[in-house]
Amino acid sequence: MKAKIEVFLKPEVLDPQGETIKRALHTLGYDTIREVRQGKVFYIELDEKDAGKVIEEIARKVLANPVIEDFRWETEK
Amino acid sequence: MGNRKIRFGVVVFPGTNCDRDTYHVIKEVAEEEAVYLWHRERDLRGSQVVVLPGGFSYGDYLRSGAIARFSPIMEAIREFAEGGGLVLGICNGFQILLEAGLLPGAMLRNKGLRFICRFEELEVENAETPFTLLYEKGERVKMPIAHIDGNYFIEPHKLALLEREKRVVFRYRENPNGSLNDIAGIINRGGNILGMMPHPERASEAELGSTDGLRTFLSAAKYVRES
Repeated sequence: MKAKIEVFLKPEVLDPQGETIKRALHTLGYDTIREVRQGKVFYIELDEKDAGKVIEEIARKVLANPVIEDFRWETEK
Repeated sequence: MGNRKIRFGVVVFPGTNCDRDTYHVIKEVAEEEAVYLWHRERDLRGSQVVVLPGGFSYGDYLRSGAIARFSPIMEAIREFAEGGGLVLGICNGFQILLEAGLLPGAMLRNKGLRFICRFEELEVENAETPFTLLYEKGERVKMPIAHIDGNYFIEPHKLALLEREKRVVFRYRENPNGSLNDIAGIINRGGNILGMMPHPERASEAELGSTDGLRTFLSAAKYVRES
């Protein structure tokens, strides 16, 4: 099965890259942009057995740094 | 006995690039013993101080230091540190110690998003650690930084705890990267694991513009020799 895992900075953590992108967008005239947060996406293929447990584990242990990042995931058949 | 040499282990990961400078300073300038420790090894080969030098272990893939912490040698280093052994993480070495959970907090991208490579003035906040006992509290020292992920972050209550326990060891005089409370280096509660973004090994010979970093290595050697 396939899984998509998104890793993003916690809301209370400043995102210097997102801030810079936002400023660039404003410079281009996109005044309606209020906030930009940059994150990472991992596309993973894995066996169905214990998939949820495995995804939670690898996200917590490796893909995200729990001090600064949160994650969410979904699967598709 | 008082003059016996102290053995420093210099850990090498794929992508580490300050290992030779560090080895050179320990051996030729501090005149102690140095051995390289390849990351696949599980034996610290009698090291009395373990140094995780700077560089780009695993190309900084995923996050700086995130992959290196799973190397076999890290288990040995964790055990060594739990037994009170001295561990010094410099730059990428500091990032690895954070990722490994041996020190609290995490590194974010520099506030200005740039890789910064230049001398910084630091203040020695705690001169009672094994790595700073040859400095004076409040002393200003000059060491270079060279990083893009040096913007130290930690939750507010843990930051307060760090400050209360005097575990901020080096602070930038002028914050280059957005690091909370101008933090440049911190130590663990046990006082045997130091992480610092500035490079003491690049400030250990007058020809390179500063000798302020040398005492970091000399302090550690003195501490081990006298304990």
